[in-house]
Amino acid sequence: MAVLVVADHDNASLKDNTHKTVTAALALSGVVDVLVAGQGVAAVAAHAAKITGVRKVLTAESDALGKQVAEAVAACVLPLMADYDAVLVPATSVGKNFTPRVAALLDVAAISEIVEVVDVNTFVRAIYAGNALETIKSSDTKKVITVRATAFKAADEGGSAPISAVDAGPGAAKSRFVSDEIVKSDRPELAGAKIVVSGGRAMGSAEEFHRVIEPLADKLGAAVGASRAAVDAGYAPNDYQVGQTGKVVAPQLYIAIGISGAIQHLAGMKDSKVIVAINKDADAPIFQVADYGLVSDYKTAVPELMAALTAAGV
Amino acid sequence: MKVLVPVKRVIDYNVKARVKSDQSGVDLANVKMSMNPFCEIAVEEAIRLKEKGAVEEIIAVSIGPIQAQETIRTALAMGADRGILIQTDADPEPLQVAKLLKAVALAEGPSLILMGKQAIDGDNSAVGQMLSALLDWPQATFASKIELTASNVRVTREVDGGLQTLELDLPAVVTADLRLNEPRYASLPNIMKAKKKEIAIKTVDDYGGLSAPHLAIVKVTEPAKRVAGVKVENAAELVTKLKIEAGVL
Repeated sequence: MAVLVVADHDNASLKDNTHKTVTAALALSGVVDVLVAGQGVAAVAAHAAKITGVRKVLTAESDALGKQVAEAVAACVLPLMADYDAVLVPATSVGKNFTPRVAALLDVAAISEIVEVVDVNTFVRAIYAGNALETIKSSDTKKVITVRATAFKAADEGGSAPISAVDAGPGAAKSRFVSDEIVKSDRPELAGAKIVVSGGRAMGSAEEFHRVIEPLADKLGAAVGASRAAVDAGYAPNDYQVGQTGKVVAPQLYIAIGISGAIQHLAGMKDSKVIVAINKDADAPIFQVADYGLVSDYKTAVPELMAALTAAGV
Repeated sequence: MKVLVPVKRVIDYNVKARVKSDQSGVDLANVKMSMNPFCEIAVEEAIRLKEKGAVEEIIAVSIGPIQAQETIRTALAMGADRGILIQTDADPEPLQVAKLLKAVALAEGPSLILMGKQAIDGDNSAVGQMLSALLDWPQATFASKIELTASNVRVTREVDGGLQTLELDLPAVVTADLRLNEPRYASLPNIMKAKKKEIAIKTVDDYGGLSAPHLAIVKVTEPAKRVAGVKVENAAELVTKLKIEAGVL
């Protein structure tokens, strides 16, 4: 069988989610191609061609693809599916947006956010906000799947797959891109970061969130996250939210500061390798999942942690 | 202008799902059920559009067991005008749901389908996109702001890294994200009034029948539990542990 992976990128650079999705694809088949659909994606395609295990890279370019308009991306992928038995897409906001369209147009099931490939027909996915894992078997001959990238290791680089252009498709006739408000940040991206520092409602204000969480994150080279409570209170922007209704992260190190640990937050971070919780409430549920707990007010704990990190040469 | 709002009856947001010991699914016996929170947000948005005068009629539709009438009744108490229950004891997949909703849309002729971005039981986040594709109506998912005119709808969407705004021709499918609005509580007079509103009880055969399923559930299991680790005395001990014991610094 042959598998198509749709690359995660921002037209300028390829995201690590692509490498992780290639790993999931290689669990299905040895024949894996990558589609880079966007605008001005030569550098992205060249990067994708280096991923070990990739047979070839396809590029498709148009304005609508550059903006990742769902109708346009689905229309580009659809005719390619004549040559593939499965398409795997990272479950980002882009992937979740267009992938079910491809499934509907092929009259097959959409299999959302798999965390494990059991065999070519059988997959594991989280349901009920990660409180249960569902193993499902597909009877479709063509599979349309989104992949929770954090559940897979990134494929290595070292290959040099050929790159060729394919038809961009008809674009989107009934919807138009109006504008973007993308926040530029020098910090690593939340979903793929090795270390995440998250703040909760205990911060009390947006100023305090900036003052406490961001310097610690920058010292560790970490991404910044937040609980839903902190986001709802306006202390942190929406796209910082870690949890069931936000981003699912699984970094090497997750530091939760002033976060009580609601089920909805735990659903977004409980697969992290090491979890640290700093909270003044010794009974906070976050301590039940934390590898290391420090019962202390963040106001004293975070400055001490900064000092201890400096002392340890971090 | 008519708005169609699909609503789903799911386990209440505040109840922790428990896996059945025979691994056949999640135990829903004697568990509090409520309207899916994202569907509630969609209902609220439809009502706000009606209050602004942009919408004349809101139709709430649910696919599920007879008890899903309660979910529709909640939507009616919030301010929807009438309801349709497609009664089935099957637990249809997103594609099956999208096909039934397509038939409802063709029968009712709404200008807008406003629905939740995902249900908190299956966590698929697929029906809106599938419905849009099957109807060949444009889509905007994960909406945090909706502006409706007579011929189009402008939707601001929550995407990774920020926001994106799209303009869609009507009719269109829009799915609601968490921050679109805060749903109202139904007032007692409105709850009483909702009892008089019409809910049409239909079968899947009224809408072309239930298509064949494509997925079979092999098993449902509990995820591996994390065990609580150790408490450290101070920040210095924490850094030492992270560096030497865990090796993550």
